[in-house]
Amino acid sequence: MRIELVKRPQRSALFQVLSPFIALGLTLVAGAIMFSILGKNPLEALYYYFVAPLSGLWNPNDVWQLHELAIKAAPLILIAVGLSICYLSNNWNIGAEGQFIVGAIVGSILPVVFPTFESWIVLPLMLIMGIVGGAAYGAIPAFLKTRFNTNEILTSLMLVYVAQLFLDWMVRGPWRDPKGFNFPQTVQFNNSAILPELFPMSGRANWGFVFALLAALVMWFLVSRTLKGFEVKVLGQSPRAGRFAGFSSSRMVFFGFLVSGGLAGLAGISEVSGAINQLQPTISPGYGFTAIIVAFLGRLNPLGIVAAGLVLALSYLGGEAAQVSIGLSDKAVRAFQGMLLFFVLACDTLILYRIRLVRPAKSLELAHGNV
Amino acid sequence: MSATNDGDAANLLEVVGLTKIFGALKACDHVDLTIRRGEIHALLGENGAGKSTLVKMLFGSLEPNEGEIRWKGEPVRIASPGAARKLGIGMVFQHFSLFEALTAAENIALSLDDRTPIGTIAAKAQALSYSYGLPLDPYSMVGDLSVGERQRIEIIRCLLQTPELIILDEPTSVLTPQEADKLFETLERLRAEGKSILYISHRLEEVKRMCDAATVLRHGKVVGHCNPRRETASSLARMMVGNEVQAIVRPPVEASAPHPALLEIRNLDRKPATPFSIPLKNVNLAVKAGEVIGIAGVAGNGQGELFEAISGEVLQQEAGSIRVRNADAGHLSISGRRLLGAAFVPEERLGHGAAPRMRLSENLLLSRHKTDRKAFLGTAGMVQTSAIAAAAQRIVEVMDVRKSAPDPEAAALSGGNLQKFIIGRELDRRPSVMVVNQPTWGVDAGAAARIRQALIELARSGSAVLVISQDLDELFEISDAIAVMHNGELSKPLPIAEATFEKIGLLMGGAEPGHVEQHVKEVA
Repeated sequence: MRIELVKRPQRSALFQVLSPFIALGLTLVAGAIMFSILGKNPLEALYYYFVAPLSGLWNPNDVWQLHELAIKAAPLILIAVGLSICYLSNNWNIGAEGQFIVGAIVGSILPVVFPTFESWIVLPLMLIMGIVGGAAYGAIPAFLKTRFNTNEILTSLMLVYVAQLFLDWMVRGPWRDPKGFNFPQTVQFNNSAILPELFPMSGRANWGFVFALLAALVMWFLVSRTLKGFEVKVLGQSPRAGRFAGFSSSRMVFFGFLVSGGLAGLAGISEVSGAINQLQPTISPGYGFTAIIVAFLGRLNPLGIVAAGLVLALSYLGGEAAQVSIGLSDKAVRAFQGMLLFFVLACDTLILYRIRLVRPAKSLELAHGNV
Repeated sequence: MSATNDGDAANLLEVVGLTKIFGALKACDHVDLTIRRGEIHALLGENGAGKSTLVKMLFGSLEPNEGEIRWKGEPVRIASPGAARKLGIGMVFQHFSLFEALTAAENIALSLDDRTPIGTIAAKAQALSYSYGLPLDPYSMVGDLSVGERQRIEIIRCLLQTPELIILDEPTSVLTPQEADKLFETLERLRAEGKSILYISHRLEEVKRMCDAATVLRHGKVVGHCNPRRETASSLARMMVGNEVQAIVRPPVEASAPHPALLEIRNLDRKPATPFSIPLKNVNLAVKAGEVIGIAGVAGNGQGELFEAISGEVLQQEAGSIRVRNADAGHLSISGRRLLGAAFVPEERLGHGAAPRMRLSENLLLSRHKTDRKAFLGTAGMVQTSAIAAAAQRIVEVMDVRKSAPDPEAAALSGGNLQKFIIGRELDRRPSVMVVNQPTWGVDAGAAARIRQALIELARSGSAVLVISQDLDELFEISDAIAVMHNGELSKPLPIAEATFEKIGLLMGGAEPGHVEQHVKEVA
C-alpha cells in the first residue's frame, strides 16, 4: 500500500478554508504527543496553553489576560499584514525581526536623547520615525536584490542579527541610562512618549492593537480592491505577465519591503512605547519570525491574519502559563509554533492535491488489463 | 476495428482498446491502432486530441489504464522507454533532448546503454548518416548546429538502435520547407527498407504526400482510419475538427485611401540579453494602415527578441528606432506604447499574455489598466469590477470563447479559447497598431480561422497589423507582405503576390535575398 498525491483539476475551495484548521488540529495532536514525551499530562498542558489564557472571556477577574492577548497579538498582526503584501508579490522578507528592532531604535531617539522634551507631538513623531526606520532597514535587502540580484531571504535574515547586536551595543553603550545602576537599558520614557492604554481600568492593552486592526483593514482593501493590489498579485504570480502589463518588478521589490519594513518598524516602536517604556537588550520574543507563521496561517489575507495573530499570541501566553503552572520549558513554545508552521505549509498541499491510497497489486491489474 | 486479424504477420504493432485516464479526463479512450510493416502511418489530431498520450504509452513513458499493446502479434507490456527500445521501438521527440556543450557523437553515446567506445560510435553514426542522406559531422558541437541538424542527431541516435518502428512527433514543425523535404526523402528510404513509421503531425499536406494510412483522433477517441491519399486536406481537417472549417476571406487593400505607416522600425539593434538570445541587427520595417505584414522564420531566430523590443518590455537606446503613429516610442514603456494606440499579443499565453491563476476579468485588466483607466478604475485606483466583468463578457461573446464557469481562471481554459480571449481583449480596444506573436500556435483549426479572420478585418478597418509566425500556411493566408527573420536580421517584405513557399523557405534557411532570385531561376 502506498499513498499517492493526485493533482486536482482545480484548486479546492473547501480545503482552502479547511487547511488552516486541519493544521491547527494536527498541531494539537503532535503537541499532546510532545507534552507526554516530556512527562507532562497532555490534557493538562493543552488546557494551560489554550484555555487558561482565555478565561477572561467568562471570568471578569481575568479580563486583564485578554489585554495581554491584545498586547501580544498587536505586533504579530502588524508585522504579518506587511509581510503578506511582500509575500504575495513573491518577495521573501524574513527580516521583519530586524526591521522591528530598528524601528524601535529610531523611534526611541526622541525620548532617549531628549528625555525632557514633553509635548503632544512627541508620540506621533516617534511613530513616524519608527515607520521610517523599519522601512529604511527593509530597503537594504530590496536594494541589494534589485541592484546585485542577491537573495533577499539571506540578506534580510542576516540583517536581523546585525540589528539585534546593534541594539545590544546601544543599550550597553551610548544610550545606557546613567542613573540605571549599570543595567543595560535606556532611561524610562517620559509620559508624552508612552502609547496610551485603551481601557486603563481593566488592563494594559494599548493603541498598538488598534493600529494593527487598522493596518489589516487598509491592506485588505488595497489587496482586494485596488489596482495596486492587482499589481502585487500579478507580479507575485507571474512576473512576465506583470511586465507585459507594464508593472515594474524592481519597484515592487521596494514596495513590498518598504511596506513590510515600515509596519514592522511601527510594531517595534509601538511595543517599546506601549508595553516596555524603554529600550533593553531584548525587546521582542521573536515577533518578527512568529509573524511569518501568522502570515501563512492567515492565508496571506489581512483579515485572516487578524485571527491567526490572536491564535499565535495565545500560544505565547499559554507558554508562559504552562511554564508557571506545570514547569514546562519556554522552549516548548517555539517548538509548538514551529510545528504549527510545518503543518500549515503541509496542509496547503491538500488545496492542490488529493490523497489516494493505492494497493500495489490492484494497480498492476488496472494498468495492464488481463495480461 | 481493424485489429481483429490476430497473427497477421504483416502487422507490426496493434493497439486494442488503449485507455489512459488523468483524473476526470479520458486522454485516450479505447484507442485502436494497427501499424503494418513498411508503412508510414499518420496519427492526426488537434492539440489535446490525445496523440502525445497515446505515443507516450507506446514508448513506455506512461502506463495505460486499460487495453492491450501487441507487438508482432504478442501482447506486451512496455514499462519503460528502455523496454520500448529493446522491443525495437524508437522515438524522435518534438523537443530535442541534447546537451549543447557536447558533440553529436557524445550525445549519441549518452543515450546508448552499452559501453561502446566513442570513436566506434562516431564512425557508425557517420556511416549511417551518409547512407540515409542526412550528412552529419559527429564531432561538431551541438550548440553550433541548426535545428534541422540537431534533429538529424536525434534521428540517427534512434536509427543506431535499429528499431523496427520509429515514432516521429511533429518532426517538421521546426524545419524550413527545404529541410523538411530532406527529411521526407529519408523517411521514404526507411520505408523501402521495411521499417514502419508512426508520423504525428497536424500538417495535412505532408500527411497526404507521405503517409500510407492515417488514424485520426478527436477528444481522445479514434474518429476514423483512412488512406490519406484518397482524402482531401479539407476532408481530413473535417475529421480532425469535427466540423467544416470556415475559409478565410482576404479582401484586397483599398487602393484609393491613404495608407500612412502606423508602426515603423528603424535601424533597430539589440544586444543579446543572455548568452542564448539572438542579437537584433539593423531591423527596418514599416507597417501601413490597412495591411497585414507577416514575419516568417524558424523558431529562435530573434522573433521573440523583436517582439519584446516592439512591445516595450525592453526599451531601446534610440527613441526613434520604434515609432508608433508618428511618435517616437523607443523610450516608452509598454504602457506608454499602448497609450499611443498599440496592442500586443505575446507568444506564450499562460504566464505572459495572461496570469494563469487570475480570472478572465482580472486578465482583462492586465493589459488595459492604463488605456481604459477611466472605465475600469475609480478613485484611488479602485477596481470597477462590474465594468470589467461587462467588458469581459462582451469579448467572450464576440470571440466565442468557450468556458466552463462564468469567470474562470485563465489556466482553466483550453489553449485555443484562452488565445481567442487574449486576442479579443486587444481587438476590443480597436487598436491602430496590433503586433501578434504566433497568433494560432497550438490552437484548433476552427479557432485559428476565427483569429486570422479577425486580424484581417482589423487591418482592413484601418489598423496596421504585424504577425510573427512560424506557420507559413497561416502567413500566406493572411499577410499582404511577408518578411523573413533569420539570425536576428529581417529581410525586406515580399509582397504576397511575389512570395512563394520556396522563396520564403530559402530566406528562412539564411540565403541572401539576391541568391533567392537566382536559385529560383536555376530551379525553374
